[in-house]
Amino acid sequence: MPAPLMTYLVIPLVKIVVILAVVILLAAYMSYFERKVLAYMQIRIGPNRVGPRGWLQPIADALKLLVKEDIIPSRAEKLVYFLGPVLVVVPALLVFSVIPFGPAFKVAGQVVTPYLTDVNIGILFILAVSSIGVYGVILGGWASNNKYSMMGGLRSAAQLVSYEVPMGLSVVTVLLMANSLSLVKIVEAQQRSGVWYVFPGFIAFFIYFVCGVAETNRNPFDLPEAESELVAGFHTEYSGMKFAFYFLAEYANMVVISSIATVMFLGGWLPPFPNALAALWASPALAWIPPIAWFVLKMAVFLFVYIWFRGTFPRYRFDQLMALGWKVFIPVSLVNLMAVALGVLLIGGPR
Amino acid sequence: MSEPEALKPFPDSEEMEISFGPQHPATHGVLRVIVKLDGERIVDAKPVIGYLHRGTEKIFERETYNGTIPHTDRMDYTAAATNNQGLVGAVEKLMGVTIPPRAAYIRMMLAELQRIASHTIWLGTHALDIGAQSPFFYTFEEREKILDLFEEYCGARLTLNAMRVGGQPYDLPEGWTGRCRTFVDQLPARVAEWERLLTANRIWKLRTVGVGVISAADAIEWGLTGPPLRGSGVKWDVRKVFPYDRYDEVAFEIPTGAGGDTYDRYLVRMEEMRQSVRIVQQCLAKLPDGPVMAKVPKVIKPPKGDVYFSVEGPKGELGYYVVSDGGTNPYRLHVRPACFINLQALPEMVRGQLVADLIAVIGTLDIVLGEIDR
Repeated sequence: MPAPLMTYLVIPLVKIVVILAVVILLAAYMSYFERKVLAYMQIRIGPNRVGPRGWLQPIADALKLLVKEDIIPSRAEKLVYFLGPVLVVVPALLVFSVIPFGPAFKVAGQVVTPYLTDVNIGILFILAVSSIGVYGVILGGWASNNKYSMMGGLRSAAQLVSYEVPMGLSVVTVLLMANSLSLVKIVEAQQRSGVWYVFPGFIAFFIYFVCGVAETNRNPFDLPEAESELVAGFHTEYSGMKFAFYFLAEYANMVVISSIATVMFLGGWLPPFPNALAALWASPALAWIPPIAWFVLKMAVFLFVYIWFRGTFPRYRFDQLMALGWKVFIPVSLVNLMAVALGVLLIGGPR
Repeated sequence: MSEPEALKPFPDSEEMEISFGPQHPATHGVLRVIVKLDGERIVDAKPVIGYLHRGTEKIFERETYNGTIPHTDRMDYTAAATNNQGLVGAVEKLMGVTIPPRAAYIRMMLAELQRIASHTIWLGTHALDIGAQSPFFYTFEEREKILDLFEEYCGARLTLNAMRVGGQPYDLPEGWTGRCRTFVDQLPARVAEWERLLTANRIWKLRTVGVGVISAADAIEWGLTGPPLRGSGVKWDVRKVFPYDRYDEVAFEIPTGAGGDTYDRYLVRMEEMRQSVRIVQQCLAKLPDGPVMAKVPKVIKPPKGDVYFSVEGPKGELGYYVVSDGGTNPYRLHVRPACFINLQALPEMVRGQLVADLIAVIGTLDIVLGEIDR
């Protein structure tokens, strides 16, 4: 096989298939994990019927949704109604193409990178692609021709747009510290400087994660799908596979937000605390742990926090949510950006 | 009332009418509210009821007096014991019967346990409506324990049918008082646990403080009773004002709020649970020996006349107006339902607020459609 064909077609295709399969499975099992953890928080047992300890529950759910009748409301806008879930799920999965799950390593003399590609505008790419998702939500809500769905769609449009601003601003602080937009370079910069950016950029980290929760429509910011008010918000009318797409996108987006937070603030695949406890973690006893395991572990912490939020908090009201975004997060993240920029200018940042 | 400039609708905007319910996860049964919305702001709300109407008051007329008791169970199905208590109390008042002290104490214990059970449902669903999932499960755990106590006493968990004209059908089973004491002694700790989740929670306060405000004067005008009235600062409780059974022999406080908002009503109900625990503890300590049934004829035939008797139900004042023609069946039996009258204030309480507040206010009124529609 000619080498270019191998490099540009076969290997990427294999990677795409692997990443897609892993991500979709991860999103499905995220729902299992969520149901189980939430159940234990709420003195219940959770799914335990399908397979041992309910391990096959997500598979059963997916199969059920696959074979379910796909109902399109008779007065819905058919094309847009169809486009809604597509516009949500495609960006959610596309983002995974630039997320570095681990460092490059060698197998049989060949350099293998455990990510699809490392574009030099990685973060911009993620922000750009993931904000397309909001079209799917608002169009789906509008096309359903249902007042509850429309309100859900409108709420989520307003919410996603206003929380993207502080989120972007907190991402910029990381860029200032790392001096690069590439996700791989950001992790490497953290390795070089010997400190995770969560320490110098704690405020940015906090704002990023809270905005991330809002971006993924999760409790306490789950207004677009507020069950008790809007029944199910923008996806009230969706059923079968289309509903499954919305569902998949929501969980995939949670994984995305957690992965990016891991990469930008928690040193991606690096073992914990490269500075203070370096001696302990550098010991050969832990060297066998593959970098990807650290990545997954850190991501899992975020995902757990997501569920923890859901088990604890009531829901914000719409106007309070907007006030929080515009009156608190945006000013704070702006000031924080200034402070970090000044710090980078004066002491050269954590480099 | 002049609105700030920013709140005025756009000149070419239209109001949207949404029908909330009767099938909606937050309307607690089959309440339907027709809401006129300007964006997310409520212009007007109109409750539509009757989806659960069963003609209970007409059914009362063809039953014997003791035969009406199971029908009262099915009115406010989350508070069967207090429903029973009101009806048997009314008939006893008409007949001039005094029930034995032991029966009165058993009734009070059942009623107070029922009040706690009803408030646990209220707290769980109210918190669920506002988006906090977990309290629902925690409160229902305690409710199950109360239902176990009920089951042990009368065999039923929900529709108790646990009182008769003239006293109680059964004495307490052996060991019941001990198990009841264990339950009430541990409850305050659990209530404190639920409060830790919500009372100081920033989001919970944002969602409830200043929402669904009703002033004391308005609350009296609308005829509100129970926690919605006390939340506005009116110290009114039928148990204190017109003591029935032996409520004058136990000490308890009437918690009141100050602002008349959803948060005040929340605090009032939380405190009521603690006060109910106090009452049950005193009842257990004072529980007299003796018969549980007064000497009443097998066929209840009250003298000709009419009587109004009310009890303090978990939702408010639950009154029964009984008209007797001297026969074995009531000539007319009218119920003053607390929920029905409390619900009337809903449009007043939500006008000008947001959709999310409507849900909070429906939750805070603690309505049960079974009692509203009868």
